[in-house]
Amino acid sequence: MTDTALSFNDIVVRYGATTAVDGATASLPMGAMTAIVGPNGAGKSTLLKASLGIVPMAAGTAQFFGQPLDAARARVAYMPQRASVDWDFPIRVIDVVLMGMQRTLGLLRPIGRANRAFAFECLERVGLTEFATRQIGALSGGQQQRVFLARALAQKAELYLLDEPFAGVDAKTEAAIVTVLRDLRDAGAAVVAVHHDLATVPQWFDRVLLLNRHVIASGPVAQAFTPALLQQTYGGALPPVLAA
Amino acid sequence: MNAAILDALTLRMGYNATLVTLGAGALGLATGAVGSFLFLRRRSLVPDAMAHATLPGVGIAFLIMVALGGDGRFLPGLLLGAGVSSLLGLWVLQGLVRGTRLPEDAAIGIVLSTFYGAGIVLLTFIQGLGAGRQAGLEGFLLGSTAGMLQADVYLIGAGGLLVLAALFVMRRLLVMVAFDPGFALGIGLRPALIDAVLMGLVLAVVLLGIRVVGAILVVALLITPAVAARMWTDRAGLMALIAAAIGGAAGFGGAAISAAVPGVPTGALIVALAFGAFLVSAVIAPRRGLLGRVWAR
Repeated sequence: MTDTALSFNDIVVRYGATTAVDGATASLPMGAMTAIVGPNGAGKSTLLKASLGIVPMAAGTAQFFGQPLDAARARVAYMPQRASVDWDFPIRVIDVVLMGMQRTLGLLRPIGRANRAFAFECLERVGLTEFATRQIGALSGGQQQRVFLARALAQKAELYLLDEPFAGVDAKTEAAIVTVLRDLRDAGAAVVAVHHDLATVPQWFDRVLLLNRHVIASGPVAQAFTPALLQQTYGGALPPVLAA
Repeated sequence: MNAAILDALTLRMGYNATLVTLGAGALGLATGAVGSFLFLRRRSLVPDAMAHATLPGVGIAFLIMVALGGDGRFLPGLLLGAGVSSLLGLWVLQGLVRGTRLPEDAAIGIVLSTFYGAGIVLLTFIQGLGAGRQAGLEGFLLGSTAGMLQADVYLIGAGGLLVLAALFVMRRLLVMVAFDPGFALGIGLRPALIDAVLMGLVLAVVLLGIRVVGAILVVALLITPAVAARMWTDRAGLMALIAAAIGGAAGFGGAAISAAVPGVPTGALIVALAFGAFLVSAVIAPRRGLLGRVWAR
């Protein structure tokens, strides 16, 4: 068994009277790409956000590399959903990527040549160097998504938590993101992505975590991504997929 | 008169006028820079409520200081009252937004008008007391550099520079929280804390500004340089620098001219100059300006 990157221990999250996540327990290994899959409202994003301390947990813990979050911050990268950003914001692509290096930079240090070079390298990995000095809103949706991936790369982490990285992007971006994530995995990192497209799970991911407020199954795609377990996850609402 | 204005702008008006002019310039630098970050965070109207909410505090502080037998116009004392009153206004504002789910603009309207009304009642009452010692309090409405003491100017100038230093330290965090608070949370920052620091800096420049520009107009010195600067650049940091320069120039120019030309209200002139900078920017700035857009078609 490989080392554990992230473990959820009986996590419960409530929004007012609604229980969004109801006792989720699972353990996700290093060196693998894991898809978190489940119907709308299953608590997929919430589970990620709760483990990162963005939304409070009512019960349970999340452990990163066997440690609490605070001890492991520097080893964890996060890419939020794309939607909630003001695209007219006065910021250039390269500056967004540099945000990923905030922990290294701290408050006072000016951004140096080495920082800039590394940010540029991250942009290169997502194929966007020529857009470095454009304002973020001048890019297409897919390109913007790749900028945020480059920002996550700039965090130089060992665990990458991505919230719907493939939502609403073009085929070229899809391919670019998959390539980058595979490289990360092959280098030994763990990739965990909230994902909504069941059809592409077996093709892109090694492991799957089926979630519907609690964990239905978690394991290699061959074992956990079965019609019976999916039926159990989605109930009667199983989307017409899996022809592949 | 032109010669007098020229003298003032080149700081040849005597020590006191020079000092006041430099102080107003420092104030403009600070408000321009703070206003940029506030604009990016989409909270440009909050300082309007905070500034109007200073007035009751000014009145009460004056009355307390007179009752204690002191000079009611002691600026640090007045600013302390203004600060407490303004924080109370901010607290009511946030309580209204959180407690009643009123949208922020409506809550701003309520706080602004109520505190302003209370302030006017108090200042009118104080004027009725006679005694002459209230002279200068009306400067807190529309701004006036007349009768400012050297110590007052030092306070404003030093405060402005401190605010700029704090902004420099916080600059990346402020931009990050304004652009993508979700990511900021995800890497372990606390946006609520960073927002609180920003509001603290806003309170500081509002307090420094009410004596020079006035409670009614100080918000203009926060917003106008920022929106003018936005026309020129797509980089947040550069925008703050340009806004600081515009604010600084407006403060410096407005104070100098009003020192040279008797009867011109300082605050209104400073704000008019800042608006002039906005107007020019909105027309001629490349790409975002009016002409730039027509040209691009």
